[in-house]
Amino acid sequence: MSDYNFAYLDEQTKRMIRRAILKGLAIPGYQVPFASREMPMPYGWGTGGVQVSAATLTPDDTLKVIDQGADDTTNAVSIRKFFEKTAKVAVTERTAEATIIQTRHRIPEEDLTEDQILVYQVPIPEPLRFLEPSEVETRKMHALEEYGLMHVKLYEDIARHGEISTAYAYPVKVEDRYVMDPSPIPKFDNPKLEMAGIQLFGAGREQRIYALPPYTRVVSLDFEDHPFERTRAQEDCGLCGAGDSYLDEVIMDDAGARMFVCSDTDYCRARREAGHRGAMAGEGEAFA
Amino acid sequence: MKDMSVQDRPLLRVEGLTKFYGGRIGCEGVGFDLWPGEVMGIVGESGSGKTTLLNCLAGHLAPDAGRVLFDLDGEAVDTVTMSEPARRKLGRTDWAFVHQHAADGLRMNVSAGGNVGERLMAVGARHYGDIRASALDWIERVEIPGDRIDDRPTAFSGGMRQRLQIARNLVTGPRLVFMDEPTGGLDVSVQARLLDLLRGLVREMGLSAIIVTHDLAVVRLLADRLMVMKDGHVVETGLTDQVLDDPQHGYTQLLVSSVLQV
Repeated sequence: MSDYNFAYLDEQTKRMIRRAILKGLAIPGYQVPFASREMPMPYGWGTGGVQVSAATLTPDDTLKVIDQGADDTTNAVSIRKFFEKTAKVAVTERTAEATIIQTRHRIPEEDLTEDQILVYQVPIPEPLRFLEPSEVETRKMHALEEYGLMHVKLYEDIARHGEISTAYAYPVKVEDRYVMDPSPIPKFDNPKLEMAGIQLFGAGREQRIYALPPYTRVVSLDFEDHPFERTRAQEDCGLCGAGDSYLDEVIMDDAGARMFVCSDTDYCRARREAGHRGAMAGEGEAFA
Repeated sequence: MKDMSVQDRPLLRVEGLTKFYGGRIGCEGVGFDLWPGEVMGIVGESGSGKTTLLNCLAGHLAPDAGRVLFDLDGEAVDTVTMSEPARRKLGRTDWAFVHQHAADGLRMNVSAGGNVGERLMAVGARHYGDIRASALDWIERVEIPGDRIDDRPTAFSGGMRQRLQIARNLVTGPRLVFMDEPTGGLDVSVQARLLDLLRGLVREMGLSAIIVTHDLAVVRLLADRLMVMKDGHVVETGLTDQVLDDPQHGYTQLLVSSVLQV
């Protein structure tokens, strides 16, 4: 018996957050202010995502938490434990088995279904922030659809680097209306924002929630002569040999040795279990 | 049929424009017509209400009374009562505003090319090559070397910043330019060069402009007509040379005689 209310937050708070989520779903890409609560973790560790997850979870749900695609990093492990303790929900590392997936910086490689919800942790929800510091002004710009400034950022990229060098948190336009920051996912994941599952974005410190309903049109911004490009390391995964997944570069020693592995650990595991082998995978059983 | 050509109607008609700051007068009962291709100077000492007037005209401040009618496709539209989106759109298409301090009118952390291109992107330009070509063209027209296009304004001198601000404002081909002390804070030789440039651009593009300044030399060079303000009221108007050479109002006489002769 724990002394926690289900999923840590009290019922009135969850109700308030659910209202913000519903409003966000009704106006895709619009940042809905909400009364973010203090959570037992520091800002920047996913306080927004945790609150959205807490308000979305039911006792029958199965939760998966990933950080940079991995199930076994500190942030993912501690949030998963948090909900195991406070909500006693089932947890899993398998994408297909989860009903709610809380993520930081990645969209799982495996396509999500209509029965799944993806919850993002968002550090800075305002895509215009670094060019326009005034919140009053950015809200006005969203209201009046004045988005020329967003292209100034992309212009600066090309002027300085010869190409659009923004590689993560790549701005998108939702349903031809709101420009949205997809949270710091790699731009490799941007095309996957048009998916079957519900996507919820929670920014705890900035007190904003926004959402993408299933099958919402999401277009990455670009120039006519510099179209949007998906980028990934031009390698195959060293463990599972995947040539289509997003890869992490891992430094092996101080002599320049390195390997590339899938950032989505569950995807990599599933491929290895299916018998795929990468160039650097050891002999015998990959998983005990 | 009435002839709707631009020439037979003023570009801007101001009627009874009034702005109070609480009990104090900002400006009161200001009215004038500005014709296409005309440059009007507003002079007066600090606190005379000229900047308040300019901000009311440009839609940065909401006046308490009066109308500002702008000729939009042959129709005089009151920009005071028009919707905010429409007014902001005007602010990035037909209107331009040159601030006294270039830092107020520029994005200091964005390259010169990006600063000039912003207005183009704000009106829907989405072709990088075209945006860059126009930016480069304008940067060179305001006498900034083309190879500085990727430098930030923080790396520019005061005079260059001011010229960059002018390029950024003129790139979309506005019809009316508001200028608030465009030469303030620049040394005299840089001022002369800027004035020369402005005079050339105004003539070449057929711009209408309203210039607020306390520097009589600036209006002598640029303005066709002059409006002298004191304590929020217009005390004298007329052709520039007429007002400066034969001032009628006591305050204008004081103003003209206060200029140091070198």
